[in-house]
Amino acid sequence: MTTPEPHAGNVWPIWEVFVRSSRGLSHVHAGSLHAPDAAMALRNARDLYTRRNEGVSIWVVPADAIASSDPDAKGAFFESPQGKDYRHATYYTKSEGVKHL
Amino acid sequence: MASQTLQSVPGEPTAAQHELSLEELARREADGQAYFDKVMADDSRIEPRDWMPPAYRKTLLRQISQHAHSEIIGMQPEANWISRAPSLKRKAILMAKVQDEAGHGLYLYSAAETLGQPRDAMMQDLMDGKAKYSSIFNYPARTWADMGAIGWMVDGAAIANQVPLCRASFGPYGRAMVRVCKEESFHQRQGFEILLELSHGTPEQKQMAQEAVNRWYAPALMMFGPPDDDSPNSKQSMAWNIKRFSNDELRNRFVGMMMEQVRVLELTLPDKDIRFNEETKKWEHGPLDWAEFHEVLAGRGPCNAQRLERRREAHDDGTWVREAAAQYAAKQAKKQAEKEVAA
Repeated sequence: MTTPEPHAGNVWPIWEVFVRSSRGLSHVHAGSLHAPDAAMALRNARDLYTRRNEGVSIWVVPADAIASSDPDAKGAFFESPQGKDYRHATYYTKSEGVKHL
Repeated sequence: MASQTLQSVPGEPTAAQHELSLEELARREADGQAYFDKVMADDSRIEPRDWMPPAYRKTLLRQISQHAHSEIIGMQPEANWISRAPSLKRKAILMAKVQDEAGHGLYLYSAAETLGQPRDAMMQDLMDGKAKYSSIFNYPARTWADMGAIGWMVDGAAIANQVPLCRASFGPYGRAMVRVCKEESFHQRQGFEILLELSHGTPEQKQMAQEAVNRWYAPALMMFGPPDDDSPNSKQSMAWNIKRFSNDELRNRFVGMMMEQVRVLELTLPDKDIRFNEETKKWEHGPLDWAEFHEVLAGRGPCNAQRLERRREAHDDGTWVREAAAQYAAKQAKKQAEKEVAA
């Protein structure tokens, strides 16, 4: 894994931490931390986010490497599913009471 | 600051925003305020990249960073007893607890960083004496029984304060509090157990437990902050859904819990004026010395200087570790880059 550039003033970069709580589940965002490189980020993540068996696997990702949707575009960006409730099973009511459907 | 992250970022305005007209900026601010007001009305959550009023950001940054500092300074009164714990079991428990406090500090610094201030700057403010932290940690832990009283009363008060903060309107703060509260209940129980064992021990041990309870009672009650009529920021924090209950409400609720639990301990609370108000059905405590509270908060408590000195010392002692780790990371990154060029 590549290590992001440290920020000004020799500050360790921020990493986002994702923890898989048990086998069969996906990794879930747990929080963030500072570390100089990936190996240290993993160790710090273990000490910080899994002190009580909270995880069986950890991902750390340089915060700078994550792209996110624009918060100001809330409506526009997620507009397309609106008005398309036929994508949900609950849209189809005529089958109510019919077994195994 | 990183500018694209999940946790992090309000970020600096982007280049495009610099070029926006005044009208456009005003329109965006009005939209932002309208959205913020709706989030508050719906009791929903604000996330780091949402628009928020500057005063909301400032208030949260102050509160969350002070909370983080309290966790970090809060390690000291107990770390003091790790090497003198009465058994290996108690030593292991105390180490786990102090490690938790460090963790809580880090969760909170992370949450505060999402508001736009780097952690190093907050830590520097603490070491420069510019930042405040909970006044409780400026009292000394004189005997082993103080470990019990701190766990039972200080962590108990912290839990009473923190549980409603799990629903704070700022997402990262609420999430940090959920994690903290889950871990904190062991802290209170282990403290209660220490006191219970002492109170059922020799008369001297029982007396030691009682004296520790006497010492920590008033400072623990003052952890909830000044009385409501002297707490100017409370109203705004409640309007912003950061604070859910007033200082006095939380304090009285806590006194009620203490009154029940202290009977199990077969100890007493050092408050002859404590009473159950039949009208409000709530416990009420006797007068507290608020002049002392303000003195300690202003830096003139029994251990303020010692706590800050220790924090600076620990920071200085760690300098070579931070530098070595950064050097090693840079060296590895360089090697990796050379390998990629060669390939």
